[in-house]
Amino acid sequence: MDLYEYQAKELFARHNVPTQSGDVVTTHTDARASAERIDNMVVVKAQVKVGGRGKAGGVKLAKTPDEARDHAQNILGLDIKGHKVHKLLITEASDIEDEYYVSFLLDRTNRTFLAMASVEGGMEIEDIAVNKPEALARVLVNPLTGVDKAKALEIVTEAKFPADVADQVADVLVTLWDTFVAEDATLVEVNPLVKDPDGKILALDGKVTLDDNAAFRHPDHEALIDIDAEDPLERKAAEKGLNYVKLNGEVGIIGNGAGLVMSTLDVVAYAGDNFGGVKPANFLDIGGGASAQVMADGLDVILNDPDVKAVFVNVFGGITSCDAVANGIVQAIEILEANGPLNKPIVCRLDGNNAEEGRRILAEADQSIVEIVDTMDDAASRVAELAAAAA
Amino acid sequence: MAIYINEKSRVLVQGITGAEGTKHTNRMLASGTEIVAGVTPGKGGQNVDAQGRTIPVFGSVGEAVAETGADVSVVFVPPKFAKAAVIETIDAGVPLCVVITEGIPIHDTANFFAYSQQKGDTRIIGPNCPGLITPGQSNVGIIPANIAMPGRIGLVSKSGTLTYQMMFELRDIGFSTAVGIGGDPIIGTTHIDCLEAFEADPDTDAIVMIGEIGGDAEERAADYIAKNVTKPVVGYVAGFTAPEGKTMGHAGAIVSGSAGTAAAKQEALEAAGVKVGKTPSATARLMREVIESL
Repeated sequence: MDLYEYQAKELFARHNVPTQSGDVVTTHTDARASAERIDNMVVVKAQVKVGGRGKAGGVKLAKTPDEARDHAQNILGLDIKGHKVHKLLITEASDIEDEYYVSFLLDRTNRTFLAMASVEGGMEIEDIAVNKPEALARVLVNPLTGVDKAKALEIVTEAKFPADVADQVADVLVTLWDTFVAEDATLVEVNPLVKDPDGKILALDGKVTLDDNAAFRHPDHEALIDIDAEDPLERKAAEKGLNYVKLNGEVGIIGNGAGLVMSTLDVVAYAGDNFGGVKPANFLDIGGGASAQVMADGLDVILNDPDVKAVFVNVFGGITSCDAVANGIVQAIEILEANGPLNKPIVCRLDGNNAEEGRRILAEADQSIVEIVDTMDDAASRVAELAAAAA
Repeated sequence: MAIYINEKSRVLVQGITGAEGTKHTNRMLASGTEIVAGVTPGKGGQNVDAQGRTIPVFGSVGEAVAETGADVSVVFVPPKFAKAAVIETIDAGVPLCVVITEGIPIHDTANFFAYSQQKGDTRIIGPNCPGLITPGQSNVGIIPANIAMPGRIGLVSKSGTLTYQMMFELRDIGFSTAVGIGGDPIIGTTHIDCLEAFEADPDTDAIVMIGEIGGDAEERAADYIAKNVTKPVVGYVAGFTAPEGKTMGHAGAIVSGSAGTAAAKQEALEAAGVKVGKTPSATARLMREVIESL
């Protein structure tokens, strides 16, 4: 889960990373009130989970409360790279003498953690990496030993921080590492980390990604989920414990196993090229166990997606063999039809253990919306054809 | 021969008294795996009856290894306890630890992986994987044993069900060993490790490699193949239609910016001389042609 800047800064504060507090507002009148309370120059910052806010006009300096209100009015509702602005962070403007960059993140390639630091802050880190790679220090961090003051000083030295701030930045790195570990983050980034005219180091912006797998030991993280910003179908699926991602196409997809479902999306997209470019409408992995109830929950989410014109159920029977899956499909449709007739066609492909028995069960149930196709490639073609015809 | 496991493998099941542990102990035994022990903390001295056998349960991996000579551990414990379970296996010096558990926090995996590297005695497979099978000899994990025969194809895959699909399509040719390496961002055994082992395995003639979006493991495997692998390799990559920034089921299956795309992976593999199938079935056909041409 990616956090908003203001949430990242709340976590920073909890772990003593020096940062400034501010007000989170959702209306321009509240923005004005906040500026009045702060009683100084303020920065009005769009809260979106995407970089490049400044360039997109999402960050503005305001000298007076009225100016803060006007900026807020312009920024609220703004679309920044597909992210609509609903919240603003109002903070006191800081005088900046120098800008730096620091982060800790997961390094998949080296299968460990990585510290990155640069004295060239303020720019997008991707730009520094591409245009001035020598200015970006990359230091591997052993998860077993972590970042103490000595390790932090190694990072600071590697990045060539000026002597007058080196010690302070090292202290910040230690607190930032505490945040990374204690909150189970996969990324903590400060860009920019600034030096103010008094020589004080401050995290002026913050980006944090939390590990969803660690949610069980962070009950407080649930409050960080922004329910309003989520896709309503994704929300509904998540409430039922389904692994669902909404996409832009017309073919609803259900399968078992993440790899098989990803593959199914691809095969449907290829087949769609022959039928006016229909595409998958979602990713939905119902897992290996696929009970009738899980199948019904999955079908319910997908059939309630107005974009979906036809559904592809693609199952490989492994541990749960195809006869059990077929019974699940039949029962799932019965459960859903109890609430009214279903009219979107469902193409089923069953392969693997007891595939023939599974197909026989589906055929005998004789549910009019169900069509059985033997192979994945042919089934993808058929469902694309049906979706195109209904579109 | 085969790789990592064979008929001599002596397997202990961590979390044997849990529902998943018991169910898969039965399945593994039924497919011929030599299961010698179970481990559940606090339940030492109990037994688990499965498939007409009585499997002794120990309170710790150390005791289980000392009493039974187990040399493979398979981990079914819940995410919360997985790190402690794996560390225990490493401390006991078990050479192979297969972590089936899905949903382990990445900081925990990073920790136990670093610990395994530091100790240097334990290969970890997974986490979030289906395990591995050497058909007819040993099956460690949750791969359905009845979908493929023994044979001479080696398979390495990030995905469980795509592994099953591929094994099923090529069941008449059969497999030396199929390894599900798992879909998490940090995994203990990589495509490259398996490619190296299959290249050295006299029982493997050709290799199927299945990848998916996220990270750069496939690109690095392609580089490794170009330099080190003489056996024919056929590849498949899933996730061409995955949008940027969305996790597709597996915790590691995510395109970040322009990194980790399926197109880049396919391109790298093809540049290394790997034939890449457009669909799983097309990939199986490519492998069939390769085997017929040998």
